[in-house]
Amino acid sequence: MSTVTTVRTDQAVRLRRFELAALQGTWRHEFALFKRYWRTTSFAAMFEPTFMMLAFGYGFGSLVSAIGGYRYLDFVGTGMVGTAALFTSVFPGMFNAYIRRAFQHTYDAMLTTPLDVHELVTGEATWIAAKSAVYGCAPVIVAMAFGLDPSPGMLVIPIIVFATACGFGLFGMWTSTVVPSINSFDYVITGVVTPLFLIAGTFFPINALPGWVHIAAQFNPLLHCVELVRHAVFGFRPLVDLGHFAALLLFAALMWLIAVRGMRRRLID
Amino acid sequence: MRTVQSAADPTARRSYGDLAIRLHGVVKRFGTLTAVDGLDLEVPSGSCLGLLGPNGAGKSTTMRMLTAQALADSGSIHVLGYPVPRESKRARAEMGVVPQQDNLDEELTARENLEVFAHLYRVPRPRRPAAVDDALTLAHLTERQHTRVDNLSGGMRRRLLIARGLVHRPRLVLLDEPTVGLDPQVRAELWGLIDGLRAGGTTVLMSTHYIEEAERLADECALMSHGKVVARGGPAELVAEHAGEQVVEHYGPPQRLVEIERLAAGAGLPTRRTGPSVSILRAEQMPPSLADDLGPDGVRRAANLEDVFVVLTGEKVE
Repeated sequence: MSTVTTVRTDQAVRLRRFELAALQGTWRHEFALFKRYWRTTSFAAMFEPTFMMLAFGYGFGSLVSAIGGYRYLDFVGTGMVGTAALFTSVFPGMFNAYIRRAFQHTYDAMLTTPLDVHELVTGEATWIAAKSAVYGCAPVIVAMAFGLDPSPGMLVIPIIVFATACGFGLFGMWTSTVVPSINSFDYVITGVVTPLFLIAGTFFPINALPGWVHIAAQFNPLLHCVELVRHAVFGFRPLVDLGHFAALLLFAALMWLIAVRGMRRRLID
Repeated sequence: MRTVQSAADPTARRSYGDLAIRLHGVVKRFGTLTAVDGLDLEVPSGSCLGLLGPNGAGKSTTMRMLTAQALADSGSIHVLGYPVPRESKRARAEMGVVPQQDNLDEELTARENLEVFAHLYRVPRPRRPAAVDDALTLAHLTERQHTRVDNLSGGMRRRLLIARGLVHRPRLVLLDEPTVGLDPQVRAELWGLIDGLRAGGTTVLMSTHYIEEAERLADECALMSHGKVVARGGPAELVAEHAGEQVVEHYGPPQRLVEIERLAAGAGLPTRRTGPSVSILRAEQMPPSLADDLGPDGVRRAANLEDVFVVLTGEKVE
């Protein structure tokens, strides 16, 4: 007869299993939904950066012509890639995961198939990240229409956004397992997402901020994303950029661990 | 990466003896509540077992443990020969689950829901369209396949739920309260569908608190109470063993019902209270003198599983 200990040990063994077919199953689900909503999602992804460029680029740009050696329009255009990566990943991570788990019970249904929680979480996060990788390029394309010069480094922007969005999508999924109700996301948005967005160097350089904020900003994954994107567009700094990318990967790995743990706690009795 | 063989792949079939499900000494606690308490249960391959009991008896928890969506605190579980939860993924590839709760994706069409699950169940790509078509035919939903789920009626959604659990032609189907909340006509339709599964040799474990459903569909019934099986057998055998052939129901004021219970007990006949009535079981053995004392106002009917359940547990099923 198995004992409590045996059962828990079995679970640990199961966690190590990873199957591509299981991930493909979750992507198939997402794709079916995406076919229904791609127009609205794409509309928002393309027009939001355009409006931001008009507002910040021409609005602030008329007051500030250059920052840190960059034309202000180029500074904002590249910075908004980070904003796009954040918003197109953290919100789906939070709201989709909460609704599918708590309201629609879609995850319960999916877990009756040969799909485990860690595969479900990974499948959802990678789909979110893949979408963000595409939509995250929109600000750069818009910025090019506003005069940003193309460069070969721009080709790696989807990879940078994918890594960033993976981490933030997983962060969103994790928060969906800890909030007591969907309304509680307001705390996360106001208390975490907005500060991350503001101290990422998107609209102004962070070295203009007080010293302690500057230090705190180093722990903001979005800052590393924004810095990497700017370097990709204007010229890489290999060692520094490796550090930025490592920070993004570390963030994604940590978020994966806690998101899987949180989802397991919520979905498995 | 390790892969799970598809249920549709004949090479994936192994020999597990005659048992599709085996639970031994299974305990599941939620805090201080023991939902399943040392449960022993075996389901032979190709049979339909009805898991019968009131709300809170542990039926749904048992179902969730079979898919590893609930983890037992102790005991052992084997599904289709695979130890669960260690090999639950393999077991899930070969079983279908129809949950009590409607968890279809409302934003997708009937067909899209089935396509997603055919993918999740690892139906090989070339066979997916045919598998989805077959499931739609089985559920009589071919004409509504392109309708979004939120525009389907309750009965159609229930049929789609069953089709979703069968899209990969599983060897074992878990039906958790498959007809709860449905009107009698839709229920009868679903019974036909489940009957078809049995006839096709699929093993069915069906939890229900509808006595009629269990009597109509199950080869055997296991009566659960407080997380344990308190009796098991064919519906007719259980009724004959625990409630006899006939029951006489008497209605009246409380004092009269107490009097009837006293008289029946004096004759060695079991009774059960049902609101404003008292039922005397094994009425076919009632001595003529007692029948005279009780008078002609009793209503005679055939004994049923609900009588058995109340006699064994003191609880009502519904």
